[in-house]
Amino acid sequence: MCDTCGCNDNNNGFTILKIQNDEHHHGPNHDHNHDHDHSHHHNHPHPHPHHLHEHEHVHQDQGSQGRLIEIEKDALQKNNLMAERNRGYFEARNIIAINLVSSPGSGKTTLLEKTILSRNLKTKILVIEGDQQTTNDADRIHTTGVPVVQINTGNGCHLDALMINSAYRELNPPENSLLMIENVGNLVCPAMFDLGENYRVVIVSVTEGEDKPLKYPYMFQTSNVCIVNKTDLLPHLDFELDQLKANALKINHHLEFIELSAKTGDGFDKWLDWLVSKSKSH
Amino acid sequence: MHEFSIALNIVEIATETARANHAETVNEVEVDVGDMSGVIYEALEFALHSAIKGTILENSRFKLNRIKARAVCLDCQHDFEPEDFLSVCANCGSSKIEIIRGKEMKVKSINVD
Repeated sequence: MCDTCGCNDNNNGFTILKIQNDEHHHGPNHDHNHDHDHSHHHNHPHPHPHHLHEHEHVHQDQGSQGRLIEIEKDALQKNNLMAERNRGYFEARNIIAINLVSSPGSGKTTLLEKTILSRNLKTKILVIEGDQQTTNDADRIHTTGVPVVQINTGNGCHLDALMINSAYRELNPPENSLLMIENVGNLVCPAMFDLGENYRVVIVSVTEGEDKPLKYPYMFQTSNVCIVNKTDLLPHLDFELDQLKANALKINHHLEFIELSAKTGDGFDKWLDWLVSKSKSH
Repeated sequence: MHEFSIALNIVEIATETARANHAETVNEVEVDVGDMSGVIYEALEFALHSAIKGTILENSRFKLNRIKARAVCLDCQHDFEPEDFLSVCANCGSSKIEIIRGKEMKVKSINVD
């Protein structure tokens, strides 16, 4: 099912492309037309048989009608179960999976390129790229020489656990490797979807405004590390780094900060050290 | 933002359970919606109206329980109701709070015949 508009289609609406040297190998492919005609939402009056319940917890069955079947299932259980399967796979192979999230243009791909090219990391790196369309990001990563697949979500605004499951089957990451997942650039939706990652790293650039964490609390709440990128631009901006950090800590006091410039390499060692320390502790 | 796909997930869970229990009619579906789940209660209600069309839940009642958030302060252990992620401890003002309730989005039960 397409997560954005809910339409049904055979392959869940996404494509996996393995980037190889001159060929694109297509994984589960689909060709469906999203007929986005949701006018049926508006064509009839809503009788509202359901009314708002403003109470804290619940009740039991009304009268003697019917039998009660307890369910207690999270509405996102399908994704969560798949995420746990991913987690199990990673654990079994001692793979560290990192979910990189941010708004578009914060520098995720450049950060990845620089990480791969730094050669400080002894571990094998593999990449899963996520975008609505194009293989632009995966092509850039491919140039660095590491294995990469591109997920195109079509209309989708986030990666989910099923997509990751399909993607790593294409990649077949070896034991003890580092799997970097570059999520779709979006500070809203990816927050809700567990991919089965070990760590979630939110990247915010200094051109974005100190109040980003306050505006997008769910993303900062669910992340482990916050990278502040493009510090090379600070002399040209009125950006208050301390204010950003204070705001982020208000939302999530567990957040660890790494300030760097993926472009100049300033502060990059701290990020590499962090990656090395996580590799060692696994 | 994903209230519609969540509504579809709720419909799927309720339908599967009804089928597994050989139910003919689903009288009511009960769902917990936490105030800090990231889902907007009213948007979910609206989405459910559409999501049930053409399913066995088309005439079912929905009981959406709004679960208020609850937090505990890590500094003084005070238990209180936060307004949002920015809330500080109502007792000592610390921002080191943990949300212990209010993030749920759960299909609790169905009532069937």
